[in-house]
Amino acid sequence: MKMTDTDHKQKTNSQQEKEQKDYQEFAGKYRPKPKVLINCLKAFLIGGLICDLGQLVQIMYIKWFDFAPDRAGDPTVATLIFLSCLLTGLGIYDEIGQWAGAGSAVPVTGFANSISSAALEHYTEGYVLGVGGNMFKLAGSVIVWGTVSAFVVGVIRTLITMMT
Amino acid sequence: MAKKRIGQQTFSFESGVRVISSAAVGGPKEGEGILHSELDRIYPDNYAGQESWEKAEQKMMEDAVEMAIKKISLSNDQIDIFLAGDLLNQNISASFTARTHQIPLMGMFGACSASMLTLTTGAMMVEAGFCDIAVVAASSHNSTAERQYRYPTEYGGQKPDTAQWTVTGSGAGVLGTKGSGPRVRFATIGKVVDMGLKNPFDMGSAMAPAAVDTIEAHLNDTGNQPHDYDLIVTGDLASVGHPIATDLLADRGYNMGKNFRDCGLMIYREDQQSFAGGSGCASSALVVYSHLIDEMKRGKLSRVMVVATGALMNPVTYQQGESIPCVAHAVTLEMD
Amino acid sequence: MGSFLTAFIIGGLICVIGQILLDLTPLTPAHVLSGMVVFGAILSGFDLYQPLIEFAGAGATVPITSFGHSLVKGALQEARTDGLIGVLSGIFEVTSAGISSAIIFGFFTAVIFRPKG
Repeated sequence: MKMTDTDHKQKTNSQQEKEQKDYQEFAGKYRPKPKVLINCLKAFLIGGLICDLGQLVQIMYIKWFDFAPDRAGDPTVATLIFLSCLLTGLGIYDEIGQWAGAGSAVPVTGFANSISSAALEHYTEGYVLGVGGNMFKLAGSVIVWGTVSAFVVGVIRTLITMMT
Repeated sequence: MAKKRIGQQTFSFESGVRVISSAAVGGPKEGEGILHSELDRIYPDNYAGQESWEKAEQKMMEDAVEMAIKKISLSNDQIDIFLAGDLLNQNISASFTARTHQIPLMGMFGACSASMLTLTTGAMMVEAGFCDIAVVAASSHNSTAERQYRYPTEYGGQKPDTAQWTVTGSGAGVLGTKGSGPRVRFATIGKVVDMGLKNPFDMGSAMAPAAVDTIEAHLNDTGNQPHDYDLIVTGDLASVGHPIATDLLADRGYNMGKNFRDCGLMIYREDQQSFAGGSGCASSALVVYSHLIDEMKRGKLSRVMVVATGALMNPVTYQQGESIPCVAHAVTLEMD
Repeated sequence: MGSFLTAFIIGGLICVIGQILLDLTPLTPAHVLSGMVVFGAILSGFDLYQPLIEFAGAGATVPITSFGHSLVKGALQEARTDGLIGVLSGIFEVTSAGISSAIIFGFFTAVIFRPKG
């Protein structure tokens, strides 16, 4: 009796799984496909433009503020982040993001947007628990994964250098 | 067998419970849409004069309830029970509205199916004689929902075309036996249906099977056919889920025809960016408590079935890899 | 240092990789961006990222992949003088300007503005 009970249960489970799979295939036909090509072109355009803006800002710091070329990166990044936070505060960056997708998410300005948008959203919960506690809600994963992977890469490289 | 149940899942209302008053309010985007002239109040911005999105949603529900009660010159202390639901954690919009209005509360959660869940329960309480007058309401707010279920509102993430736009607003109805308005005739409480879909940016395909399940049960139990209705509307299946539901029903032998529509597609105009269409508790609540009830009172529709669909997930279940369980509740309203 | 043209093309292409991952996989933006940071760190481990910067300038320093690279670069710089402990102490050396400015400007965004929804 027990055996047939489990047999029966397994059968209905696999039947259910098949039903689910069939439905997922069926529903897939109704789903508008993402316009990958257009999205990629938009991402390319905006991503490229943001990088060119970085290039322009960097040249300005080198030419007008006498930064050494290898030290101009810091003020450049800070400037881009400032602009991104400003556009986030004005409610413009999310509109850019809907159009540009990864084009505005992948540059450092997207990183700044994830931080400032979280800070902005949670101010109603106070500046300590809301802003302070939620600022890295989205950007946290990038920092954690970057740090851990850099640690692993750094240790491996250092050990190789020490051994040779 | 229970006296007022027919078939497996359907309640039959015999004593003439009616929606004797209703009101619906919406945000600026809803105000620019199709319901423009039918909403009772349109707020100039999504804050509705409040400091936070949450307070704004609460204010909208408060106003919808207040207007629905005042339209028929009742006062809060004449209301026996308040049944309300929303999308926020611990149903705060409903509870905080009840704190303001001081009407005994039964908070109900059914995600976006809350509009019909509260209507069904309210009608049952009046039918059974526990209450003379019940008020039912549901609300949602685009920004509170974004923040709770997805990302901060100013985050620049790109949404796919299958995503839906959570409707900002609230709808409320007053139920009683004395007065005029559409009669609550049948209600079918749905089973939870989960077809294993996991994409939170494609709720339409996840919810469609639940709607189909409930519609089929409702038709089976009542013995009605789709053409017996002037209109059958789903709550928020939108442009992806609604055609799926139509075809699934056709597979099961129900030809839904032109009178099968979706509330999520009856709120925003084509040129308003709403992705696949509207969603949220307010999607069905706004359409039912403004447009549909008005049309019934004008005599343009005499029998309408509303099937409100809800996705019963939260961000934790989604991140833990769970699929999205869905439910749908159907109510048939009749004008006599 | 790169030119406007190389910066545009390389920066744009890195974003296209991100877009393809977003559109064709079920990954969330957080998954994609984290992955790109890890990818940058790995490239840096093979000494491949610095040449990309020489070629594309801001086209390689502005995308988030450079965050992974900068973390590794800081760790290795410090490790050269201090050994293994340098990996820990140096990891944020190069990226500190980016992280601190994001925190500071992010904070003041919340002080000054209100979300528009």
